[in-house]
Amino acid sequence: MKHNPFYDPSLSGRHRSARLFKWYTRASILMTLAFLAFFLFDMGRTAYPALWQTYVKVDVTYTEKSARLTQKAIDKKYRKIVSRAWLREIPKQLQHNPELMGTTVKQWVLADDQVDQYMKGHHNNLKQKQIRIIDELKQSGDIELDWNDVFFSKGDSKIPENAGVLSAVVGTVLTLLVTMFFAFPLGVMTAVYLEEFAKDNILTRFIEVNINNLAAIPSILFGLLGLAVFINLFGLPRSSPLVGGLTLALMTLPIIIVSSRAALRSVPDSIRQAGYGLGLTRVQIVQGHVLPIAMPGVLTGSIIGMAQAVGETAPLIIIGMIAFIPDAPGSVTEAATVLPAQIFTWAGMPERAYVEKTAAGIVVILSILLSLNAAAIYLRKKYEIKW
Amino acid sequence: MKLSGNENMDIKINTSGLNLWYGDNHAVQDINMDIHRNKITALIGPSGCGKSSFLRCINRMNDLIDHARVEGQIVVDGKNVYDADVDEVAVRKRIGMVFQQPNPFPKSIHDNITYAPLKHNLVKKGRECNDLVESSLTAAGLWDEVKDKLHSPGTALSGGQQQRLCIARAIAVNPDVILMDEPTSALDPISTEKIESMMLELKNTYTIVIVTHNMQQAHRIADYTAYFHLGKLVEYDQTNTIFMTPAEELTEAYITGRIG
Repeated sequence: MKHNPFYDPSLSGRHRSARLFKWYTRASILMTLAFLAFFLFDMGRTAYPALWQTYVKVDVTYTEKSARLTQKAIDKKYRKIVSRAWLREIPKQLQHNPELMGTTVKQWVLADDQVDQYMKGHHNNLKQKQIRIIDELKQSGDIELDWNDVFFSKGDSKIPENAGVLSAVVGTVLTLLVTMFFAFPLGVMTAVYLEEFAKDNILTRFIEVNINNLAAIPSILFGLLGLAVFINLFGLPRSSPLVGGLTLALMTLPIIIVSSRAALRSVPDSIRQAGYGLGLTRVQIVQGHVLPIAMPGVLTGSIIGMAQAVGETAPLIIIGMIAFIPDAPGSVTEAATVLPAQIFTWAGMPERAYVEKTAAGIVVILSILLSLNAAAIYLRKKYEIKW
Repeated sequence: MKLSGNENMDIKINTSGLNLWYGDNHAVQDINMDIHRNKITALIGPSGCGKSSFLRCINRMNDLIDHARVEGQIVVDGKNVYDADVDEVAVRKRIGMVFQQPNPFPKSIHDNITYAPLKHNLVKKGRECNDLVESSLTAAGLWDEVKDKLHSPGTALSGGQQQRLCIARAIAVNPDVILMDEPTSALDPISTEKIESMMLELKNTYTIVIVTHNMQQAHRIADYTAYFHLGKLVEYDQTNTIFMTPAEELTEAYITGRIG
């Protein structure tokens, strides 16, 4: 082609740099995805064994003596293989079923964590003798990995095979409920006041700047505030979901306020004008028209605030929610711990068995976060107003 | 500006010495004007002449703007709406408003109409509401088009239908006066024609004040026309007089298209 009126010598260079730029952007998203995939894969791989737990079938002898010295209930050969935590339950079993006294029952019992680690092929410090015994049991089918319901039905324990997330999950739920109970109405009402009722003057601008600043304060300072105000000043119980929830509410408030204000601001002013033109009062307009339209945005913002609160550890450590909690709290004033604090505790434990529990705890908290986000998407879709 | 040969009974709205400031901007300057009962009064004039601002003084919509300040009187049925013992919410209930952009609530057609009457305790839920919906939509000439989809969203209608829905919504609270701020400027000619013929029906029941950019529209529907220029009322007379034999040089310049 000799004559081309569209020929532009600079074009090939411009196209090349455009292609290059596109590849940069693609490379960065690939990197991000790779990190995420690696994290999820590693977490899943580490957490998976925590879903399984070794049980062993042994004779348990219930006598007066074994009620006092519980090791005596198990044949000497298998004593090291059975979990100490399970043996501790023997007096309780006898209390519930007195007819067991004087009998010997062959049953599946929880195995020791070292045995469990051996069964899962992990590092362990079992002696050769014990390994031989376990291999014998394996041959006879009297030892096996089974679904680990201890992990989901018990609280923390210093005996790894007896440790679970239940008390931390209950603590997290109670704390979140307290947070939501205080932060949602306060935050939404504040946003409504600032956006719909307040006049634009020095005072409201001062409040606005401070709310924005509050959102940027390191969370540990909220812990100190909670400690000083709720525990020392008001005398609320330490380590309780009540104090934890209030502290997290302080932290979540600015997020809810800022996102609710944005949602309210996005409601077209013509809707308010229409209401005024019909002789409605400001409150009627806000309640009947503005808030319903803003609701999806308000809910999304609030749930994102909640999700952030779920993962918060630092302020809760300060107010004592890192305590050792073997039993799930029954009310918001009892001592409790939360999932991230539980994960933090387990991560610092020396026993190998806690590694998988740490990972499984992380998977649990991720699932809670995912379901919260799914709820946010669902609510946004459900209440979204079609124009 | 008094018009000769009118009895006081015919005057629905009388403004005297009306001034409006937005901050330092003197947007409406010393308006004295009588608006007649059951007539259509058109306010015309170039952009920024204060005609919309004046309209929004009548039902105290300017009270919503922080830095707006009104002086003077607007007497409606013998009572100054700016008196201290008058609640602006009650004023807006009796003096309804239709806006330039159709702004139905994102609710069903039915709820668009019944929302405000329910809040004003004009009707009870149920049959009374349904009757009100039918009568309002009929008056706005929309009933036949939407009677089968009263529970679909009002925002799903076409622009012209939305505007008629807004007019029906304004009628539903049973006002005396309907203010219309360029109600057809966002609509196509056919929708405009429908709304204009509807307005000619409505003026038998209501007093209508309309701001329009469209001089033909003023000519077609208005009984009286007021020409505003730079915040001042230049000329106010019967529509035919304004368009045929304007008294003021400025008015003539505007209607013949030399300014605008």
